Amino acid sequence: MAGFATGAGRPLSGRGGSPGFRFALYAILSVGLMVLDQRFDWLERAHYLMQAATYPIERAVSSPLAAWRWTQKSFATRDSLEAENQRLRNRLRDLEVRSMRYDALAQENAALVGLRNSLPPVASRWLPAEIVNIQLDSLRQRVLIDRGSINGVLAGQAVLDDHGVVGQTMHVGPWSAEVILITDPEHALPVAIERTGLRTIAVGAGDSTSLALPYLPANADVRAGDVLVTSGLGGVFPPGYPVAKVTEVHKDAVQPLAHVRAAPFAHLDTDSEVMLIWFRHDALAAPLQEKHGQLVSGNREIHPLAVPEKAPAAKAVKAQLPQAPKGKAVSAAPVKPAVPHATKAAPPAAPGAKAGT
Amino acid sequence: MLKTVVGALVLTLLPLPSWLEVIRPGFLALTVLYWSIAAPRAGGIALGWGCGLLLDAFEGPVLGEHALALALLAYLAVREHQRIRSKPAFQQSLIVFAALVIYEFVLFAIDGWSGHALTTPLRWLPTFTGALVWPAAAAILARSYRAQT
Repeated sequence: MAGFATGAGRPLSGRGGSPGFRFALYAILSVGLMVLDQRFDWLERAHYLMQAATYPIERAVSSPLAAWRWTQKSFATRDSLEAENQRLRNRLRDLEVRSMRYDALAQENAALVGLRNSLPPVASRWLPAEIVNIQLDSLRQRVLIDRGSINGVLAGQAVLDDHGVVGQTMHVGPWSAEVILITDPEHALPVAIERTGLRTIAVGAGDSTSLALPYLPANADVRAGDVLVTSGLGGVFPPGYPVAKVTEVHKDAVQPLAHVRAAPFAHLDTDSEVMLIWFRHDALAAPLQEKHGQLVSGNREIHPLAVPEKAPAAKAVKAQLPQAPKGKAVSAAPVKPAVPHATKAAPPAAPGAKAGT
Repeated sequence: MLKTVVGALVLTLLPLPSWLEVIRPGFLALTVLYWSIAAPRAGGIALGWGCGLLLDAFEGPVLGEHALALALLAYLAVREHQRIRSKPAFQQSLIVFAALVIYEFVLFAIDGWSGHALTTPLRWLPTFTGALVWPAAAAILARSYRAQT
Protein backbone atom coordinates (compact mmCIF):
# COMPACT_ATOMS: atom_id res chain seq x y z
CA MET A 1 0.00 0.00 0.00
CA ALA A 2 2.00 2.88 -1.29
CA GLY A 3 0.99 5.65 1.04
CA PHE A 4 -2.40 6.92 0.05
CA ALA A 5 -3.73 9.44 2.51
CA THR A 6 -7.22 8.34 3.33
CA GLY A 7 -9.84 10.63 1.86
CA ALA A 8 -13.23 11.13 3.39
CA GLY A 9 -15.89 8.83 2.03
CA ARG A 10 -17.92 11.56 0.45
CA PRO A 11 -19.77 10.61 -2.72
CA LEU A 12 -17.85 11.38 -5.87
CA SER A 13 -20.72 12.88 -7.76
CA GLY A 14 -20.27 16.43 -6.56
CA ARG A 15 -20.15 19.30 -8.96
CA GLY A 16 -20.12 18.38 -12.59
CA GLY A 17 -22.06 15.13 -12.31
CA SER A 18 -20.91 11.57 -11.82
CA PRO A 19 -17.52 10.37 -13.08
CA GLY A 20 -19.21 8.45 -15.85
CA PHE A 21 -21.04 11.51 -17.07
CA ARG A 22 -17.92 13.65 -16.96
CA PHE A 23 -15.91 11.02 -18.76
CA ALA A 24 -18.54 10.83 -21.49
CA LEU A 25 -18.33 14.60 -21.85
CA TYR A 26 -14.57 14.62 -22.17
CA ALA A 27 -14.61 11.61 -24.48
CA ILE A 28 -16.97 13.40 -26.86
CA LEU A 29 -14.75 16.46 -26.68
CA SER A 30 -11.63 14.42 -27.55
CA VAL A 31 -13.30 12.56 -30.37
CA GLY A 32 -14.55 15.87 -31.74
CA LEU A 33 -11.02 17.24 -31.63
CA MET A 34 -9.66 14.18 -33.37
CA VAL A 35 -12.22 14.35 -36.14
CA LEU A 36 -11.56 18.05 -36.63
CA ASP A 37 -7.84 17.48 -36.70
CA GLN A 38 -8.10 14.53 -39.03
CA ARG A 39 -10.68 15.70 -41.51
CA PHE A 40 -10.34 19.44 -41.66
CA ASP A 41 -7.55 21.94 -41.73
CA TRP A 42 -9.08 24.13 -39.06
CA LEU A 43 -6.64 22.98 -36.47
CA GLU A 44 -3.54 23.89 -38.46
CA ARG A 45 -3.70 27.22 -36.67
CA ALA A 46 -3.99 25.38 -33.36
CA HIS A 47 -0.90 23.36 -34.23
CA TYR A 48 0.93 26.57 -34.97
CA LEU A 49 -0.05 28.02 -31.61
CA MET A 50 0.82 24.80 -29.85
CA GLN A 51 4.25 24.79 -31.43
CA ALA A 52 4.66 28.33 -30.14
CA ALA A 53 3.47 27.40 -26.65
CA THR A 54 5.48 24.24 -26.30
CA TYR A 55 8.73 25.60 -27.67
CA PRO A 56 9.82 27.40 -24.46
CA ILE A 57 9.17 24.23 -22.45
CA GLU A 58 11.08 22.12 -24.94
CA ARG A 59 13.93 24.61 -24.88
CA ALA A 60 13.96 24.56 -21.08
CA VAL A 61 14.04 20.78 -20.88
CA SER A 62 16.91 20.53 -23.31
CA SER A 63 18.81 23.43 -21.73
CA PRO A 64 20.84 21.50 -19.12
CA LEU A 65 22.33 19.37 -21.85
CA ALA A 66 22.89 22.38 -24.03
CA ALA A 67 24.59 24.16 -21.13
CA TRP A 68 26.82 21.15 -20.55
CA ARG A 69 27.79 21.12 -24.21
CA TRP A 70 28.46 24.83 -24.10
CA THR A 71 30.77 24.56 -21.09
CA GLN A 72 32.59 21.70 -22.75
CA LYS A 73 33.01 23.79 -25.83
CA SER A 74 34.24 26.84 -23.97
CA PHE A 75 36.84 24.83 -22.12
CA ALA A 76 38.10 23.19 -25.27
CA THR A 77 41.84 23.34 -25.51
CA ARG A 78 43.71 25.35 -28.05
CA ASP A 79 45.13 22.19 -29.53
CA SER A 80 41.79 20.59 -30.18
CA LEU A 81 40.44 23.80 -31.65
CA GLU A 82 43.45 24.04 -33.92
CA ALA A 83 43.05 20.46 -34.97
CA GLU A 84 39.38 21.03 -35.73
CA ASN A 85 40.18 24.19 -37.62
CA GLN A 86 42.72 22.31 -39.69
CA ARG A 87 40.27 19.52 -40.37
CA LEU A 88 37.57 21.94 -41.44
CA ARG A 89 40.01 23.80 -43.66
CA ASN A 90 40.96 20.57 -45.37
CA ARG A 91 37.36 19.66 -45.83
CA LEU A 92 36.49 23.07 -47.22
CA ARG A 93 39.34 22.85 -49.72
CA ASP A 94 38.20 19.40 -50.63
CA LEU A 95 34.64 20.53 -51.21
CA GLU A 96 35.73 23.58 -53.16
CA VAL A 97 37.78 21.47 -55.51
CA ARG A 98 34.89 19.10 -55.88
CA SER A 99 32.31 21.81 -56.51
CA MET A 100 34.60 23.33 -59.13
CA ARG A 101 34.48 20.03 -60.89
CA TYR A 102 30.71 19.96 -60.34
CA ASP A 103 30.19 23.23 -62.17
CA ALA A 104 32.25 21.95 -65.04
CA LEU A 105 30.36 18.68 -65.10
CA ALA A 106 26.99 20.40 -64.94
CA GLN A 107 27.94 22.55 -67.93
CA GLU A 108 29.29 19.61 -69.81
CA ASN A 109 26.19 17.63 -69.08
CA ALA A 110 23.88 20.42 -70.14
CA ALA A 111 25.85 20.85 -73.33
CA LEU A 112 25.75 17.15 -74.09
CA VAL A 113 22.09 16.64 -73.42
CA GLY A 114 21.18 19.95 -74.96
CA LEU A 115 18.72 20.73 -72.27
CA ARG A 116 19.97 23.87 -70.69
CA ASN A 117 16.84 24.25 -68.65
CA SER A 118 17.30 20.95 -66.96
CA LEU A 119 20.38 21.96 -65.06
CA PRO A 120 20.03 20.35 -61.70
CA PRO A 121 17.92 22.67 -59.59
CA VAL A 122 20.04 24.54 -57.19
CA ALA A 123 19.30 25.66 -53.72
CA SER A 124 18.45 29.33 -53.72
CA ARG A 125 18.79 29.74 -49.99
CA TRP A 126 19.80 27.61 -47.09
CA LEU A 127 19.79 28.01 -43.38
CA PRO A 128 21.50 25.94 -40.73
CA ALA A 129 19.18 24.80 -37.98
CA GLU A 130 20.00 23.25 -34.68
CA ILE A 131 18.24 20.15 -33.47
CA VAL A 132 16.70 20.78 -30.07
CA ASN A 133 17.75 17.88 -27.92
CA ILE A 134 14.38 16.55 -26.93
CA GLN A 135 12.31 13.42 -27.29
CA LEU A 136 9.09 13.98 -29.17
CA ASP A 137 7.92 10.42 -29.62
CA SER A 138 10.10 7.44 -28.90
CA LEU A 139 8.91 5.18 -31.68
CA ARG A 140 8.33 7.74 -34.38
CA GLN A 141 11.33 9.39 -35.92
CA ARG A 142 10.70 13.06 -35.35
CA VAL A 143 12.99 15.84 -34.29
CA LEU A 144 12.49 19.46 -33.37
CA ILE A 145 14.59 22.21 -34.94
CA ASP A 146 15.04 25.75 -33.71
CA ARG A 147 13.83 27.50 -36.87
CA GLY A 148 10.26 28.41 -37.59
CA SER A 149 8.04 30.59 -39.70
CA ILE A 150 9.85 33.78 -38.62
CA ASN A 151 12.85 32.34 -40.45
CA GLY A 152 10.69 31.65 -43.45
CA VAL A 153 10.37 27.93 -42.86
CA LEU A 154 7.45 26.33 -44.68
CA ALA A 155 5.62 23.08 -44.10
CA GLY A 156 6.94 20.32 -46.34
CA GLN A 157 10.38 21.76 -46.78
CA ALA A 158 13.49 19.70 -47.49
CA VAL A 159 15.96 19.16 -44.66
CA LEU A 160 19.45 17.87 -45.45
CA ASP A 161 22.68 17.38 -43.62
CA ASP A 162 26.15 17.31 -45.11
CA HIS A 163 25.85 13.64 -46.05
CA GLY A 164 22.38 13.32 -47.48
CA VAL A 165 18.66 13.77 -47.11
CA VAL A 166 17.40 14.03 -43.52
CA GLY A 167 13.68 14.59 -43.87
CA GLN A 168 11.08 17.30 -44.26
CA THR A 169 9.31 19.75 -42.01
CA MET A 170 5.81 18.91 -40.78
CA HIS A 171 4.25 21.23 -38.22
CA VAL A 172 5.81 24.65 -38.30
CA GLY A 173 5.56 27.02 -35.38
CA PRO A 174 6.87 30.56 -35.14
CA TRP A 175 10.24 29.62 -33.65
CA SER A 176 10.39 25.89 -34.13
CA ALA A 177 9.44 23.20 -36.57
CA GLU A 178 8.87 19.49 -36.33
CA VAL A 179 10.87 17.46 -38.81
CA ILE A 180 9.82 13.99 -39.89
CA LEU A 181 12.91 11.96 -40.67
CA ILE A 182 13.14 9.72 -43.72
CA THR A 183 13.40 6.74 -41.36
CA ASP A 184 9.96 7.37 -39.84
CA PRO A 185 7.60 4.51 -40.70
CA GLU A 186 5.14 7.06 -42.07
CA HIS A 187 7.64 8.69 -44.38
CA ALA A 188 7.92 7.55 -47.98
CA LEU A 189 10.55 9.04 -50.24
CA PRO A 190 10.60 8.62 -54.02
CA VAL A 191 14.10 7.49 -54.92
CA ALA A 192 16.00 6.23 -57.93
CA ILE A 193 18.80 3.72 -57.99
CA GLU A 194 21.71 5.71 -59.30
CA ARG A 195 23.30 2.86 -61.22
CA THR A 196 20.22 1.84 -63.19
CA GLY A 197 17.84 4.78 -62.88
CA LEU A 198 15.18 2.44 -61.56
CA ARG A 199 12.65 4.42 -59.58
CA THR A 200 11.05 3.20 -56.41
CA ILE A 201 9.97 4.36 -52.98
CA ALA A 202 12.00 4.22 -49.78
CA VAL A 203 9.93 3.86 -46.65
CA GLY A 204 11.26 4.43 -43.15
CA ALA A 205 11.83 1.28 -41.14
CA GLY A 206 11.31 2.89 -37.76
CA ASP A 207 14.87 2.99 -36.49
CA SER A 208 17.41 5.61 -37.38
CA THR A 209 19.69 3.30 -39.33
CA SER A 210 17.57 1.73 -42.03
CA LEU A 211 15.15 2.31 -44.85
CA ALA A 212 13.02 -0.33 -46.54
CA LEU A 213 12.35 -0.57 -50.28
CA PRO A 214 9.17 -2.61 -50.18
CA TYR A 215 7.97 -2.11 -53.75
CA LEU A 216 10.78 -3.64 -55.77
CA PRO A 217 9.85 -6.78 -57.70
CA ALA A 218 11.97 -9.86 -57.12
CA ASN A 219 13.56 -9.54 -60.56
CA ALA A 220 14.55 -5.90 -60.11
CA ASP A 221 18.14 -5.03 -60.81
CA VAL A 222 19.32 -4.03 -57.38
CA ARG A 223 22.40 -5.09 -55.44
CA ALA A 224 23.97 -4.33 -52.12
CA GLY A 225 26.10 -1.23 -52.49
CA ASP A 226 23.76 0.55 -54.89
CA VAL A 227 23.35 4.23 -54.15
CA LEU A 228 19.86 5.65 -53.86
CA VAL A 229 19.26 9.26 -54.84
CA THR A 230 16.09 11.31 -54.76
CA SER A 231 14.14 10.85 -57.97
CA GLY A 232 12.47 14.24 -57.97
CA LEU A 233 8.98 12.82 -57.98
CA GLY A 234 6.83 13.56 -55.01
CA GLY A 235 7.43 17.27 -55.00
CA VAL A 236 9.63 17.89 -52.00
CA PHE A 237 13.16 16.97 -52.97
CA PRO A 238 14.64 17.77 -56.36
CA PRO A 239 16.32 14.85 -58.15
CA GLY A 240 19.83 13.75 -57.47
CA TYR A 241 20.33 14.18 -53.76
CA PRO A 242 21.99 11.21 -52.06
CA VAL A 243 19.68 9.29 -49.75
CA ALA A 244 21.02 5.89 -48.81
CA LYS A 245 23.13 2.92 -49.76
CA VAL A 246 21.55 -0.48 -50.25
CA THR A 247 22.84 -2.81 -47.55
CA GLU A 248 20.79 -5.93 -47.92
CA VAL A 249 18.99 -7.57 -50.83
CA HIS A 250 17.07 -10.73 -50.25
CA LYS A 251 15.29 -12.31 -53.17
CA ASP A 252 13.06 -15.25 -52.55
CA ALA A 253 11.81 -17.26 -55.50
CA VAL A 254 8.41 -17.61 -53.86
CA GLN A 255 7.94 -13.97 -53.00
CA PRO A 256 6.89 -11.56 -55.76
CA LEU A 257 8.72 -8.69 -54.08
CA ALA A 258 12.36 -8.41 -53.09
CA HIS A 259 13.30 -7.65 -49.51
CA VAL A 260 15.64 -4.68 -49.71
CA ARG A 261 17.13 -2.61 -46.92
CA ALA A 262 19.24 0.52 -47.19
CA ALA A 263 21.24 2.61 -44.75
CA PRO A 264 20.74 6.37 -44.95
CA PHE A 265 23.79 8.53 -45.65
CA ALA A 266 22.62 11.28 -43.32
CA HIS A 267 23.78 10.78 -39.76
CA LEU A 268 20.27 10.81 -38.41
CA ASP A 269 21.09 9.64 -34.90
CA THR A 270 24.09 11.86 -34.25
CA ASP A 271 23.32 15.05 -36.14
CA SER A 272 23.08 18.18 -34.07
CA GLU A 273 22.82 20.55 -36.97
CA VAL A 274 20.88 20.24 -40.21
CA MET A 275 20.31 22.43 -43.25
CA LEU A 276 16.98 23.79 -44.37
CA ILE A 277 16.94 24.26 -48.13
CA TRP A 278 14.83 26.51 -50.30
CA PHE A 279 15.01 25.48 -53.93
CA ARG A 280 14.88 27.70 -56.97
CA HIS A 281 11.44 27.93 -58.45
CA ASP A 282 12.53 28.64 -61.99
CA ALA A 283 14.46 25.43 -62.48
CA LEU A 284 12.56 22.86 -64.51
CA ALA A 285 12.52 20.28 -61.77
CA ALA A 286 11.92 22.71 -58.94
CA PRO A 287 9.24 20.96 -57.01
CA LEU A 288 7.76 23.62 -54.83
CA GLN A 289 5.67 26.66 -55.34
CA GLU A 290 4.85 29.07 -52.61
CA LYS A 291 1.32 30.18 -52.02
CA HIS A 292 0.07 32.02 -48.96
CA GLY A 293 2.96 30.71 -46.92
CA GLN A 294 1.88 27.17 -47.65
CA LEU A 295 3.35 24.89 -50.21
CA VAL A 296 1.35 23.36 -52.96
CA SER A 297 3.12 20.26 -54.05
CA GLY A 298 4.15 19.65 -57.59
CA ASN A 299 4.57 21.87 -60.58
CA ARG A 300 1.52 21.48 -62.80
CA GLU A 301 3.36 22.34 -65.99
CA ILE A 302 5.73 19.46 -65.64
CA HIS A 303 4.57 16.17 -66.96
CA PRO A 304 5.93 13.39 -64.78
CA LEU A 305 7.78 11.96 -67.76
CA ALA A 306 9.68 15.20 -68.20
CA VAL A 307 11.72 14.66 -65.10
CA PRO A 308 15.22 14.71 -66.51
CA GLU A 309 17.18 11.52 -66.19
CA LYS A 310 20.44 13.30 -66.40
CA ALA A 311 22.80 10.64 -65.15
CA PRO A 312 21.81 7.80 -67.51
CA ALA A 313 21.57 10.13 -70.49
CA ALA A 314 25.04 11.51 -69.96
CA LYS A 315 26.45 8.06 -69.46
CA ALA A 316 24.83 6.79 -72.60
CA VAL A 317 26.43 9.51 -74.71
CA LYS A 318 29.79 9.00 -73.09
CA ALA A 319 29.57 5.28 -73.53
CA GLN A 320 28.88 5.63 -77.23
CA LEU A 321 31.68 8.03 -78.00
CA PRO A 322 34.68 5.86 -77.20
CA GLN A 323 33.10 2.94 -79.02
CA ALA A 324 33.03 4.79 -82.29
CA PRO A 325 36.68 4.48 -83.37
CA LYS A 326 36.84 0.83 -82.36
CA GLY A 327 33.99 -0.36 -84.52
CA LYS A 328 33.83 -0.56 -88.34
CA ALA A 329 32.85 2.47 -90.39
CA VAL A 330 29.27 1.20 -90.62
CA SER A 331 28.84 0.84 -86.90
CA ALA A 332 29.80 4.46 -86.40
CA ALA A 333 26.51 5.46 -87.96
CA PRO A 334 24.36 5.31 -84.82
CA VAL A 335 26.82 7.60 -83.09
CA LYS A 336 26.26 10.33 -85.62
CA PRO A 337 22.99 11.67 -84.29
CA ALA A 338 24.57 11.97 -80.87
CA VAL A 339 27.48 14.12 -81.97
CA PRO A 340 25.63 16.96 -83.72
CA HIS A 341 23.14 16.81 -80.89
CA ALA A 342 25.94 17.43 -78.48
CA THR A 343 27.55 20.24 -80.41
CA LYS A 344 24.22 21.93 -81.08
CA ALA A 345 23.86 23.12 -77.53
CA ALA A 346 26.68 25.59 -77.91
CA PRO A 347 25.64 28.48 -75.59
CA PRO A 348 27.52 28.03 -72.38
CA ALA A 349 25.25 27.21 -69.51
CA ALA A 350 25.37 29.33 -66.43
CA PRO A 351 27.24 27.67 -63.57
CA GLY A 352 24.64 26.15 -61.38
CA ALA A 353 25.77 26.62 -57.81
CA LYS A 354 25.87 30.41 -57.92
CA ALA A 355 22.15 31.05 -57.77
CA GLY A 356 20.94 33.34 -55.05
CA THR A 357 22.61 34.43 -51.86
CA MET B 1 -0.36 18.39 -8.15
CA LEU B 2 0.70 20.81 -10.82
CA LYS B 3 4.32 20.40 -9.82
CA THR B 4 4.16 16.63 -10.26
CA VAL B 5 2.53 17.03 -13.66
CA VAL B 6 5.31 19.37 -14.78
CA GLY B 7 7.88 16.95 -13.38
CA ALA B 8 6.31 14.07 -15.27
CA LEU B 9 6.26 16.12 -18.46
CA VAL B 10 9.95 16.95 -18.09
CA LEU B 11 10.72 13.27 -17.55
CA THR B 12 8.71 12.47 -20.67
CA LEU B 13 10.59 14.96 -22.84
CA LEU B 14 14.07 14.40 -21.47
CA PRO B 15 16.36 13.08 -24.17
CA LEU B 16 17.70 9.63 -23.34
CA PRO B 17 19.90 7.06 -25.05
CA SER B 18 17.80 5.01 -27.42
CA TRP B 19 17.77 1.76 -25.45
CA LEU B 20 16.42 3.62 -22.41
CA GLU B 21 14.10 5.51 -24.67
CA VAL B 22 12.03 2.48 -25.65
CA ILE B 23 11.46 1.38 -22.08
CA ARG B 24 10.71 4.84 -20.70
CA PRO B 25 7.43 4.47 -18.81
CA GLY B 26 4.58 6.88 -19.42
CA PHE B 27 5.25 9.14 -16.47
CA LEU B 28 2.29 11.37 -17.18
CA ALA B 29 -0.04 8.36 -17.26
CA LEU B 30 1.34 7.18 -13.91
CA THR B 31 0.88 10.65 -12.43
CA VAL B 32 -2.70 10.84 -13.62
CA LEU B 33 -3.33 7.37 -12.23
CA TYR B 34 -1.93 8.29 -8.85
CA TRP B 35 -3.93 11.48 -8.46
CA SER B 36 -7.09 9.79 -9.65
CA ILE B 37 -6.68 7.12 -6.99
CA ALA B 38 -5.38 9.29 -4.16
CA ALA B 39 -7.46 12.39 -4.72
CA PRO B 40 -10.30 11.51 -7.05
CA ARG B 41 -12.14 14.74 -6.33
CA ALA B 42 -9.18 17.07 -6.83
CA GLY B 43 -8.00 16.04 -10.25
CA GLY B 44 -9.96 13.23 -11.71
CA ILE B 45 -11.05 13.08 -15.29
CA ALA B 46 -10.44 16.75 -16.00
CA LEU B 47 -6.82 16.33 -14.93
CA GLY B 48 -6.46 13.29 -17.17
CA TRP B 49 -7.93 15.11 -20.12
CA GLY B 50 -5.78 18.18 -19.56
CA CYS B 51 -2.58 16.14 -19.22
CA GLY B 52 -3.54 14.24 -22.35
CA LEU B 53 -4.00 17.44 -24.29
CA LEU B 54 -0.63 18.60 -23.02
CA LEU B 55 0.93 15.39 -24.29
CA ASP B 56 -0.87 15.81 -27.60
CA ALA B 57 0.76 19.20 -28.00
CA PHE B 58 4.17 17.53 -27.97
CA GLU B 59 3.62 14.23 -29.67
CA GLY B 60 1.03 12.06 -31.31
CA PRO B 61 -0.43 12.15 -34.78
CA VAL B 62 -3.88 13.54 -33.91
CA LEU B 63 -4.95 16.13 -31.42
CA GLY B 64 -7.13 14.62 -28.71
CA GLU B 65 -5.66 11.14 -28.85
CA HIS B 66 -3.82 11.16 -25.56
CA ALA B 67 -6.58 13.31 -24.08
CA LEU B 68 -9.12 10.57 -24.67
CA ALA B 69 -6.83 7.79 -23.49
CA LEU B 70 -5.82 9.57 -20.29
CA ALA B 71 -9.39 10.65 -19.56
CA LEU B 72 -10.40 7.00 -19.81
CA LEU B 73 -7.53 6.00 -17.54
CA ALA B 74 -8.55 8.63 -15.01
CA TYR B 75 -12.18 7.56 -15.21
CA LEU B 76 -11.34 3.91 -14.53
CA ALA B 77 -9.07 4.87 -11.65
CA VAL B 78 -11.59 7.26 -10.12
CA ARG B 79 -14.33 4.68 -10.30
CA GLU B 80 -12.24 1.96 -8.71
CA HIS B 81 -10.09 4.14 -6.47
CA GLN B 82 -11.27 2.64 -3.19
CA ARG B 83 -10.71 -0.90 -4.34
CA ILE B 84 -7.26 -0.06 -5.73
CA ARG B 85 -6.16 1.81 -2.61
CA SER B 86 -6.75 -1.13 -0.33
CA LYS B 87 -4.59 -3.50 -2.34
CA PRO B 88 -0.99 -4.35 -1.43
CA ALA B 89 1.75 -2.89 -3.61
CA PHE B 90 2.23 -5.95 -5.80
CA GLN B 91 -1.44 -6.22 -6.67
CA GLN B 92 -1.56 -2.51 -7.30
CA SER B 93 1.22 -2.94 -9.81
CA LEU B 94 -0.80 -5.62 -11.57
CA ILE B 95 -3.84 -3.35 -11.71
CA VAL B 96 -1.68 -0.50 -13.00
CA PHE B 97 -0.34 -2.84 -15.65
CA ALA B 98 -3.86 -3.67 -16.78
CA ALA B 99 -4.79 0.01 -16.83
CA LEU B 100 -1.71 0.89 -18.86
CA VAL B 101 -2.49 -1.87 -21.33
CA ILE B 102 -5.96 -0.39 -21.81
CA TYR B 103 -4.40 3.07 -22.20
CA GLU B 104 -1.89 1.85 -24.75
CA PHE B 105 -4.56 -0.07 -26.60
CA VAL B 106 -6.68 3.07 -26.97
CA LEU B 107 -3.65 4.88 -28.39
CA PHE B 108 -2.92 1.92 -30.65
CA ALA B 109 -6.50 1.87 -31.95
CA ILE B 110 -6.61 5.61 -32.58
CA ASP B 111 -3.22 5.46 -34.31
CA GLY B 112 -4.63 2.81 -36.58
CA TRP B 113 -7.91 4.56 -37.30
CA SER B 114 -6.28 7.85 -38.06
CA GLY B 115 -3.93 6.17 -40.52
CA HIS B 116 -0.74 6.52 -38.50
CA ALA B 117 -0.46 2.91 -37.47
CA LEU B 118 2.58 1.95 -35.43
CA THR B 119 2.60 -1.81 -35.15
CA THR B 120 6.00 -2.48 -33.65
CA PRO B 121 5.75 -4.63 -30.52
CA LEU B 122 8.14 -2.18 -28.86
CA ARG B 123 5.26 0.14 -28.15
CA TRP B 124 3.98 -2.21 -25.46
CA LEU B 125 7.22 -2.15 -23.47
CA PRO B 126 6.38 1.00 -21.47
CA THR B 127 3.34 -0.75 -19.99
CA PHE B 128 5.63 -3.30 -18.34
CA THR B 129 8.13 -0.74 -17.11
CA GLY B 130 5.27 1.49 -15.98
CA ALA B 131 3.92 -1.28 -13.77
CA LEU B 132 7.43 -1.96 -12.48
CA VAL B 133 8.14 1.61 -11.44
CA TRP B 134 4.64 2.14 -10.05
CA PRO B 135 5.49 1.46 -6.35
CA ALA B 136 8.38 3.94 -6.49
CA ALA B 137 6.41 6.51 -8.43
CA ALA B 138 3.45 6.22 -6.06
CA ALA B 139 5.73 6.65 -3.03
CA ILE B 140 7.28 9.81 -4.52
CA LEU B 141 3.89 11.21 -5.47
CA ALA B 142 2.49 10.38 -2.04
CA ARG B 143 5.18 12.55 -0.51
CA SER B 144 4.08 15.51 -2.59
CA TYR B 145 0.46 14.74 -1.73
CA ARG B 146 1.19 14.82 1.99
CA ALA B 147 3.17 18.02 1.65
CA GLN B 148 0.20 19.57 -0.08
CA THR B 149 -2.40 18.70 2.52
